[in-house]
Parts: sequence; structure tokens; C-alpha cells
Amino acid sequence: MSFSVFFPQLLVMALVTYLIRMLPLVLMRHTIRNRFVRSFLYYVPYAVLTAMVVPDILYSTGYVPGGDVRPLVCAIAGMLVATGVAWKGKGLLTVAVAACLGVALAQALFLLV
Amino acid sequence: MQSDFRRGLKAGLPIGLGYLSVSFAFGIQAMALGLTPLEAVLISMTNLTSAGQLAGITLMAGGAPLLEMALTQLTINLRYALMSLSLSQKMGEDMGTGRRMIFAFGNTDEIFAVASMEKGNIRFSYALGLMVLPYIGWSGGTLLGAVAGSLLPAFLRSALGIAIYGMFMAVVLPVARRERAVCMVTVLAALLSVALRYLPFVSGLSGGYRMILCAVGASAAGAALWPVEEAKRE
Repeated sequence: MSFSVFFPQLLVMALVTYLIRMLPLVLMRHTIRNRFVRSFLYYVPYAVLTAMVVPDILYSTGYVPGGDVRPLVCAIAGMLVATGVAWKGKGLLTVAVAACLGVALAQALFLLV
Repeated sequence: MQSDFRRGLKAGLPIGLGYLSVSFAFGIQAMALGLTPLEAVLISMTNLTSAGQLAGITLMAGGAPLLEMALTQLTINLRYALMSLSLSQKMGEDMGTGRRMIFAFGNTDEIFAVASMEKGNIRFSYALGLMVLPYIGWSGGTLLGAVAGSLLPAFLRSALGIAIYGMFMAVVLPVARRERAVCMVTVLAALLSVALRYLPFVSGLSGGYRMILCAVGASAAGAALWPVEEAKRE
């Protein structure tokens, strides 16, 4: 790809992404008093993060629908381990590493059987 | 007491490590689509978003018109507007326009998640510390994936793929356990997400739209059914 093709694409991509993030943060300067809106914004992070995990986590280890199911089993193993560790209130890094170990453990078991 | 900046750095460490593995995959993908390592790294350094970048390089490779690029990015990344709006309610007094403009650049899904959990308002030095390691991890991982992606064994790559999701669960689950309303919103968002993903007619929706529908639907239901008392937001 020549740079004269790449650069305008890069510029548009970066600019659009940045403006989406920047405008609400810069323009919204007052505290929202409306109880509904406040509650709504309070729940947004949890809803966003949940929507990102479910069901995408099942495909995070390379499972393709209709293909080999072993990656899916590994992903479920990692998810269960992460659920247990997160439920206990462990930190972000601990849970992330535990999830990876869960996947690795399932992979190792598959090598044995 | 630790300085705000150092506290931010510490909170950003797991994000940076998670990004290292995710952007590694992005670097590999960019090479596969015919970009150079320099181009891949430039994209990561200026965009800092996984889904948007992945769609972006696919469009680039196909020689899409600039308007299509703009609309695609707008769709996929519109969720950030919601997150920025949410964070606008937690800006400390030291957050003037210039500082908000700097922090906005780093408002990724993960940084947003951690910043939302900050008790009280977000101070600029904390926000800055929070952004540093994820930025390095994201750019550095892209470079590594682009130049050395094929060297990493497949089993290791697939085990790393789940890291970022584990992090999200670590944010949501403890609060869902403590607060029944958050638990209900979480369950609702999960059900909505699964429905939008697999049901006929709606399953063709892009990931960006799906996330917006889930976030708006579940949060609005939560706000209507279980309004949050003033004290909890402070």
C-alpha cells in the first residue's frame, strides 16, 4: 500500500475515533441532576463490559463455529476459572492470569487424552 | 500515601499487559493484510481501539472510500461517546478543557472500566498514569506482532486471547455480587447480547451497534427499575 493511499485513511480513522471520545467529555461540563440519567450512566460500564464478554469470550481462544470444539472447551474452562477468581474479588491482573492458566490447563489436558 | 500518578500506573499495568496480547494479534493481522510494520504501529499509536482498527485495516486493504472508513469508525466506536459521557460526570476540578482533551484520547473500553471504578472524581495525574502503560502495551504489542508474530507458538497465542475478558469479569463480578441491581443489569446485558448475536434478522448487526443496543437497553431498564440513590454516585 503506498503512503499516499495509507495516510488519508489513517487520518480519517484516527480523527473520527478521537472526536467521538473527546466531544462528550469536553462539552458536558455540568453535573447531570436527572435521577434517571444519573442511574443510567451508573449502569453503563457494567452493561458495556458484560456485552463485550458475552458471548465473545467463547471465541477468544480461536474457536470457529462449526470447527474444532477443543478451543471452545478451553475457553469455557478459562471462563469458569475467571468467574471463580473474580467472584472472590481478586484484582484485574490476577483474574486475567487465572483465565489464561485455565485455558492452558485445558489445552494440556487435551494433549494428554 | 501513593501519588495519584503512581496509583494510575499501577491500575494501568494489567491493562497494558492485556493489550500486549491483543495488539499482538492485531499486528499479525495487519501483516496478513499487506500493511507494513510501521503502518500497523502508526495506526495503533493514533487510534487505540481494537475493533475499530481491525475494521479499519480491512477497509484499507480493500481500498475503501474515505467516507466508508469514517462511517464504519463512527458506528463501531460510537460506544465511546457513551463512556465519555459517563466519565464526564466524574471529572475532578483540575480537569480543564486541555486535560479533558488529553484524557479523551485514552478512553478505551478498559481504561474506562478502571476509571469508572475510581472512588470520587478522577484527577488528571491519576488519569495520565492510567493511560501510560496501556498506550505502551498497545503500540509495543502491535510492533511485536507485526515483526515477530509468526514466532509465537499457537497454543500460547490462544491462551493469551482470553486475558482481556478475564479483566472485564474482574471489574463486573465483585460489584454484581455486592449490588443486586448491578447483578440484574449484568444478567440483562448478557441476555440481550446473546439474543442480538444469535437471533435471526438481528444477527447481522455489527459489533459496535450490538454493544450500543445492549448498553442502552440494559442500563435504561436498570435506571427505570432500580434508580440509584444520590449517595452511591459520589
